[in-house]
Amino acid sequence: MSHLKDDSGAKLGMWLFLFTELLLFGGLFLLYSAYLSRYPHDFSSAGRQLNVVFGTINTVVLLTSSLFVAMAVTAVQRGEPRRTLWLLGGTILCAAIFMAIKYVEWSTKILHGIYPNSPHLAAGPPGESVFFSLYFMTTGIHGLHVLIGATLLAWVGAKVKRGAVHSGDYILLENGALYWHLVDLIWIFIFPLYYLIL
Amino acid sequence: MTTVQPTQPSFWNDTGRSGLAAWIFSTDHKRIGLLYFYSTFGFFLVGVLLGLLLRIELMAPGRTIMGPQTYNALFTVHGVVMIFLFIIPGFQGSFGNLVMPIQIGARDVAFPRLNLFSWWLYIMGAVIILASLFTGGGPPDTGWTFYVPFSSRTGTNVSLAVFGVFVVGFSSILTGLNFITTIHRLRAEGMTWGRLPLFVWSLYATAWVQILATPILAITLVLVMAERLLGTGLFDPGRGGDPVMYQHLFWIYSHPAVYIMILPGMGVISDVIPVFSRKPIFGYKMIAFSSIAIAAFGSLVWGHHMFTSGMSDTAILVFSFLTFIVAIPSAIKVFNWVSTLYKGSISLDAPMLFALSFILLFSIGGLSGLILGAAATDVHVHDTHFVVGHFHYVIFGGAGFAFFAAMHYWLPKFYGRRYAEKPAIVAWALMFVGFNVMYFTMQVLGMKGMPRRYYDYLPEFATLNLVATVGSWILAAGLIVMLVNLFRGLFRGEPFTGNPWGGATLEWTTATPPPTENFEEEPVVTHGPYDFRGTGIP
Amino acid sequence: MTSDTSAHHIVGYGKLAQVWLALLALTALTVLITRVELGGYKVLGALTIACLKSGLVIAFFMHMKYEGRLLRWLLFVALVTLAIFIGFTFFDVLYR
Repeated sequence: MSHLKDDSGAKLGMWLFLFTELLLFGGLFLLYSAYLSRYPHDFSSAGRQLNVVFGTINTVVLLTSSLFVAMAVTAVQRGEPRRTLWLLGGTILCAAIFMAIKYVEWSTKILHGIYPNSPHLAAGPPGESVFFSLYFMTTGIHGLHVLIGATLLAWVGAKVKRGAVHSGDYILLENGALYWHLVDLIWIFIFPLYYLIL
Repeated sequence: MTTVQPTQPSFWNDTGRSGLAAWIFSTDHKRIGLLYFYSTFGFFLVGVLLGLLLRIELMAPGRTIMGPQTYNALFTVHGVVMIFLFIIPGFQGSFGNLVMPIQIGARDVAFPRLNLFSWWLYIMGAVIILASLFTGGGPPDTGWTFYVPFSSRTGTNVSLAVFGVFVVGFSSILTGLNFITTIHRLRAEGMTWGRLPLFVWSLYATAWVQILATPILAITLVLVMAERLLGTGLFDPGRGGDPVMYQHLFWIYSHPAVYIMILPGMGVISDVIPVFSRKPIFGYKMIAFSSIAIAAFGSLVWGHHMFTSGMSDTAILVFSFLTFIVAIPSAIKVFNWVSTLYKGSISLDAPMLFALSFILLFSIGGLSGLILGAAATDVHVHDTHFVVGHFHYVIFGGAGFAFFAAMHYWLPKFYGRRYAEKPAIVAWALMFVGFNVMYFTMQVLGMKGMPRRYYDYLPEFATLNLVATVGSWILAAGLIVMLVNLFRGLFRGEPFTGNPWGGATLEWTTATPPPTENFEEEPVVTHGPYDFRGTGIP
Repeated sequence: MTSDTSAHHIVGYGKLAQVWLALLALTALTVLITRVELGGYKVLGALTIACLKSGLVIAFFMHMKYEGRLLRWLLFVALVTLAIFIGFTFFDVLYR
């Protein structure tokens, strides 16, 4: 019996892993929905304090990064390693822009005294405190996933450069791209729930 | 089907590395299985020791051997060790790894390196949990459920302990992912879904629960850590949070987790009973289907842990109703096992004795579960020793005894030596008696109103508590006999070769102990797992 | 076992770009409808659009449209499970 390389198996494994990520964020969305139904007005007034422009730009940035990495998969399938590398670079650049905007957003909020357990929130209505705690937890864990995803894609990119990932064997890139799309998917829900529903 | 004479070295000999490194860096599923077996079983013995100490403390009212804070820490650590370090990773990790790939005719699992990584994560999580006992504010005293608000306020080292559980949970997810992929992709030619051994079916259902439920535990534990370290207040009513939401999240995982513990045990029983009855399993399809059904329905009933927590009456009604539905697939299994025995040629070897007592003990545990599942009766016995008794009937009498059955059934296959039969039966009898004396008494105590997790109790409970403690000693005596006999047998006992029990699943067709590659040549499966024609035993 | 044929489907750059444009348009639409006074329907509208967007990402970017039945079923199971976890909690949240 030989060790056959099983790309479909690897992809199945990756999808199963994505399910666990989905459920992980699912727990946070569960809390969000329960607390939204309890404090609709506090959530509305708290949501208004988030910057819609930043949120929208970050949505566009992530959607674009998803496009790049999907194109990178197409490029590697067609045997275009240089283009694959450029597209992966574009994805990682988008990730950096996303994190930079996130940093500005977070630090502005923290400067205004909005962070978990802050005296400012403690003095305000309870629903706002819950909203911002959820906001920091959700975007924090999401941001962590952006960092992990970007690192993963950088590692795959290095393999593309060395020729270890090519048109005959690109499952690593495919799985890395799947992971990146998940980061995008989660954000597609974070954006309206936190920035838009007021 | 005859047993092949080994031409390849067994997995014990064939390795590039030497010493400990040959084990802790091996990606062979059999070596990883044994690593899991010894590490999880080691923690089982730690948990047993803690449990015995708890029983000694409760032997008489008032202080017996320890103070109240020590008692709180001990029952917490007993629960955490038994649940997160033994029974959840134990079955999948040890017997799942040892047996499953061989049973489906595969060379290894789908991701061997990930498999090793899972074990490493498990060990890291275990080390972190152990470290939490000696650092910070000392061992956690919250109970294994880590309920808020106490867990977010207590000065003991809860943060590190839940982080350890988080890491162990990650290991559990990776094992589940690995097993699902393996069962989908690596079955040998002819190994259709209808020919999968029922142990494999149960592992498949278990793996799904691990994948879909464990992440919820992970995020819950992260939130508890955030609550303690950042003061997020998400579960703090003083800041708009709701402690009942913690219980929802916790039980969304931890109720299905009970099925992670028991389902593989049910799989072992489904494999053992037909072999020692010399009769094909009755209702193969229904048993396989009921494993999936238990996993599915079991994910809908978490609210029955919260009837007295201040949940809405509507939710109590719904969750109580759903709880009764889970009884159906469980009963399907029990009826099918009993029907398999009917007119079989039963031989009462040690694995079979453990399997038969599983049916009885699991049934008692399951039926007492219905008393807890019905909202009205639950209010009476909630948080009493009745719950403790019920839980141990299901998890120790069920999963634990199935684990012992698996140890007697499969370990000789991997060691090539076997235990002595008579001491094994004596050990079983002692454990069976001690078990019932201890836990049935606990259920009676609970009915009479003795609360769980209490350090002290009223004098009227003294006699029954003494009885339960004596039961724990009988159980421990049986356990010692079993361990000495089993392990002496595995290392120095009579040779164990061929297929002495006449099993028809694939692991009995390969050499004993199996070679690293599992089979001399890739098997082609032509019959079902319980088709005993041609196994050489009448 | 699942067939391997689906694994090698190539999605052209043009199609990916079209999907991207659709995603941008839907993003703009979400922002627009949540600026209008719709009351509780805002949540519903925004979530419907979010579901549409994730459907597009899963189908085209993640190649689910070209995968075999197995993966689709498994994804369905995972999503239903998540929906149940959130939905059943509301038996408590709504009627407390």
